Amino acid sequence: MKTIAKLWVGLGILILLSPLGLLLPEHFKAEEAWGEWGSDKIKEMVGYLPRGLEKLSGVWQPPLPDYGQDQGSSVLGYMLSALLGILIVVTIIFLITKFLSKKDNL
Amino acid sequence: MHIPDGYLGPTTCGFFYLIMLPIWTVASRAVKKTLKARQVPMLAIGAAFSFVIMMFNVPIPGGSTGHAVGGVLVAILLGPWAACIAITVTLVIQALLFGDGGITAIGANCFNMAFVLPFTGYYVYKLIAYNCPANSKRRILAAGIAGYLALNLAALLTGIEFGLQPLLHQSASGQFLYCPYGLNVAVPAMVVEHLLIFGWVEAVVTALVIKYLQQHDPKLLGIKNEV
Repeated sequence: MKTIAKLWVGLGILILLSPLGLLLPEHFKAEEAWGEWGSDKIKEMVGYLPRGLEKLSGVWQPPLPDYGQDQGSSVLGYMLSALLGILIVVTIIFLITKFLSKKDNL
Repeated sequence: MHIPDGYLGPTTCGFFYLIMLPIWTVASRAVKKTLKARQVPMLAIGAAFSFVIMMFNVPIPGGSTGHAVGGVLVAILLGPWAACIAITVTLVIQALLFGDGGITAIGANCFNMAFVLPFTGYYVYKLIAYNCPANSKRRILAAGIAGYLALNLAALLTGIEFGLQPLLHQSASGQFLYCPYGLNVAVPAMVVEHLLIFGWVEAVVTALVIKYLQQHDPKLLGIKNEV
């Protein structure tokens, strides 16, 4: 098998393993990354919700917040988010490079 | 390290978008000029790798989480400009689709993770692996050190961007408008957890993949592949 094919397989394995990134923090009772708290948590930590933060934090409503974890923890949702994200990223890279690449540059 | 919407004020957000515009332009030109058609799948794999590796949140028991970026590896294999494009695409999709990182903070997040990180990693790797053969053990060490330093520098910058907000934006009543933690809190918080834990994750991931490629396809580590 060519290296590139092996690397695609490797990506597939990483997608299957990706829920570890969800389950390990749950298991070790670790919370969100520093500076990525939700509004409730900030209010609790600081005593008030900074006004600019309140306004800006709702500026964009992503279709799949927290990699599909906004409705509660879901291993399958996390894996599917990884798969979907990768499919989109790969498609965009192929489109960009197609747009950018010179035909004689093989 | 994905700064969400609302933590950076408009000045900081605008500033980093302005900084990133010429960087994105140069990166596109560099990729157009030098990326070969046969390297495109590798660039796609690199971007996908960066996307999925960032989903592996590593816990500090009872504390916060963090993750590797995978960008140093892409920079080593394809050059820093190509890595800049790959990580930018990843960060934009993470922000737009999954709400990981804010859309107002895309400029800042890209500056930290798609510019400073791959360039630092790339040049540290070059410096240490200078002229040694593709199968040399020194390249594995160089990849690890490059990953560690690059992720930590990106974390430091993120901490500074957070920490500047109380200085820049304060209401008349003394309440902060955006990130409420100053440099004295944000910088140590970001730097210490990355120095102790997350930096090592980037180091190990980068070094292991370079080791694997040395054994299976050392020509991928040749200098002719760079963008």
